[in-house]
Amino acid sequence: MANPYMKRAQKLAGNAESAVRQATTPLRNFGFPFRAPTVPRGVEVPPEASGLGAHYDTGWARRPLASSIRGVITEGPMRLAARILTNPEVTGVDRLASLQRLETPPPVIFAPTHHSHLDTGLMIRSIPLVWRRDLVVAAAADYFFNKKWKAVISALALNAVPIDREVTGRKSSDLLVGLVDKGSSLIIYPEGGRSPDGWGQEFKGGAAYLSSKTGAPVVPVFIDGTGSIFGKGMKRPKPGSTKVVFGAPMWAEDGESTRRFNARIEAEATVLGDEALTDYWSARSRAARGESPSLTGPEHTSWRRDWDLADRRKMGAAGKRRRAKRSWPDLG
Amino acid sequence: MLFWRGENFSLERLPADRSRVIYPPEPLAGIEDPEGAIRNALLSPMDSDPLPTLLKPGMKLTICFDDASLSLPKMRRPDTRQRIIEAVLELAAAAGVDDVHLIAALGLHRRMHDYELKHVLGDRIFDAFHPRGTLYQHDAEDYDNLTVIGETEEGEVLEINKRVAESDLVVYANVNQVAMDGGWKSITTGVASYRCLSFHHNPKTLQNTRSLMDRHHSALHQSLWRMGEVLRESGPQIFTVETTLNTNTFPKPFDFLAKREWEWNAKDRATYLATQKSLSAMPLKARRKIMHSIESPYEMTSVQAGFTPTVHEETLKHVYAQHLVEVEGQTDILTMGIPYICPYNPEGVMNPILVMCMGLGYLFNMYRGKPLVREGGVIIMTHPTYRDFNPVHHPSYIDFFEEVLTDTTDPAVMSEKWEKKYAEDEWYRHLYRTGNAYHGVHPFYAWYWGAHGQQHAGKVIIVGGDAPTVRRLGFTPASTMNDAFEIASDVVGRAPTVTHLHVPSVLVADVK
Repeated sequence: MANPYMKRAQKLAGNAESAVRQATTPLRNFGFPFRAPTVPRGVEVPPEASGLGAHYDTGWARRPLASSIRGVITEGPMRLAARILTNPEVTGVDRLASLQRLETPPPVIFAPTHHSHLDTGLMIRSIPLVWRRDLVVAAAADYFFNKKWKAVISALALNAVPIDREVTGRKSSDLLVGLVDKGSSLIIYPEGGRSPDGWGQEFKGGAAYLSSKTGAPVVPVFIDGTGSIFGKGMKRPKPGSTKVVFGAPMWAEDGESTRRFNARIEAEATVLGDEALTDYWSARSRAARGESPSLTGPEHTSWRRDWDLADRRKMGAAGKRRRAKRSWPDLG
Repeated sequence: MLFWRGENFSLERLPADRSRVIYPPEPLAGIEDPEGAIRNALLSPMDSDPLPTLLKPGMKLTICFDDASLSLPKMRRPDTRQRIIEAVLELAAAAGVDDVHLIAALGLHRRMHDYELKHVLGDRIFDAFHPRGTLYQHDAEDYDNLTVIGETEEGEVLEINKRVAESDLVVYANVNQVAMDGGWKSITTGVASYRCLSFHHNPKTLQNTRSLMDRHHSALHQSLWRMGEVLRESGPQIFTVETTLNTNTFPKPFDFLAKREWEWNAKDRATYLATQKSLSAMPLKARRKIMHSIESPYEMTSVQAGFTPTVHEETLKHVYAQHLVEVEGQTDILTMGIPYICPYNPEGVMNPILVMCMGLGYLFNMYRGKPLVREGGVIIMTHPTYRDFNPVHHPSYIDFFEEVLTDTTDPAVMSEKWEKKYAEDEWYRHLYRTGNAYHGVHPFYAWYWGAHGQQHAGKVIIVGGDAPTVRRLGFTPASTMNDAFEIASDVVGRAPTVTHLHVPSVLVADVK
């Protein structure tokens, strides 16, 4: 008669062996229902609508709970990070005073120049509270909404809504028009993306179009210095100084086309850029003579472009970091 | 009733049935688009060509602006002067004008600190012009840079800043907070020399100024208008821009100060108690700092530009529309709370001489027609009247208090005996020209400002003031309002009628 203890031990050993085998078996060896079903030949499954990119629904991020969480993020860590990394000097906010003091300030479309991912945090920090409370950021659908985690973070922390850069999507523009009509202010980068080489890019007509559609004024903003702190292609940020210059609110004139209005916005941003690097009177005088230095840089494409960029940066907020403090010897 | 007491306030009882309180009118609505309104005024001026047609390349353009004595309290940024000057500069840039100077029209006031210039003009203008040396402050003692324009029929010599005199066009940016401001007064005092100012800033003229808020019955303004005529005939082309403000003086949480007491709700009463008790518990310096940090949410109610006299007449209509309160008859007693600020102590100490100047000079003069108090009546003011001076801003005031007021409080006597010594003192002149001090003669002018009130009133009582200091001013000290009425009974009897001037904000009583 077999030993009962031996039998039990054999059974336990068998169970353990089977558990180990199962645990070490590659997932691919498991079949349905552990894997997706195979599709019979000849059957074409219709593609499932993607919930990412321009199709990502950000409605949840504008609900009260998400808004409260965002308030904590923007007024706390984001503000602190912007302060530490960018040490901003904000000027020109007084140009918005007349709008700001109205009983119900109208929504505004902020159109800043764009050199870095830091620009959005910096803008949110710099915009007066009356507009910051209800602020939406138009963010590139192909970059900020291409993965679920990025989409959730962008929508929650920045109140970003996806905008399609590659095709002129009606969905994106309808969403933005709807939000502005409901009273939200908007940050939209008219250059369409970060500067690839440190110089500005031509303005696209998004801000002008939305303003014409909604009647909300466009406020051009020039941001100087973020490209040197965390520009495109940089792996980690190098803290430095920045300058944010707000322009006066602009409306499309009667019968003015979007293209012409956009050109005016770009011209004003160019003058603000000159003002940031020199001063108000020099910038206005040069603008009147048609001699404002172009945002997009010189025409040539060789190393001379980078050379000129270095000169420009020396004049701006980025140059402050490089100026060493002189210490004079103590001669008694 | 609410009474100001310097950097604090108190509630006082006035005799029932015999008292009336004059409150400032409700603030008029401000212009929604001030930038647009200013631009329109520059493009469609009164009795003048539009500003763009006056601007030519190669011309000398000078822009003058009022100093920090306006507005009171300082207005929330952006200041009206910034809006005006930016609009002018935009047009000047477009016209290719390169030679632009900006001059703070100080007269004999102290030079403004850089932060005050930034507040008035904004960072953009300051950063663009100050480093170039083309934004500066008028110096009434720099005789190399002063020039005589001409003389009036009365023998008054008009001597003004040379740069202003030699400009092809002068634009003056005014803040007309009260009816006294603006018109020819701006240039003929703001950029004039001491010699020129002494023709009208004297006891005789100011005793015949009835009142400062009524240009047509003011000997001071008549003198200034005569000088204005000389300037028009022999001086540079002037393009005046004048703006008026509403009476929206106090931001939250101080907005209860502008309300009538019977309109105070529970929140206002609680705020009053909390503010009054907190201020009482604070050291004086902290109280002063809090009060001077108040920035008024004033709004612009009108803007007009062009030929100075035409513009000013239009401005006066807007100023009176906001400030005028019809009042029937005079009373035996006028009561007033003296606040922490007057035109001569922005960011500074309200010293005893300025208490006199504010009470008998400014608040007493807030009338048109007849004063609120009958001739020989009593004026009762409330103020701590501490013997405290700002040695940086008011150096000559200290000596004036110790030397001149111990000798006389009569404006005519002090003018004769002491004025020249202070006006020509080298040390005061140096402090005025290089530091942030008022001109040596300024305490005399502050005293003359109250000359009409001093002459008119039978007795002046200060409640709550430092007794020896109050006596030095020639006034009577009282501990409480009841004591003040008791003291006043010697002059006006046991049942006097009382008017309380509920300021600030500002009002002008149109006394019938």
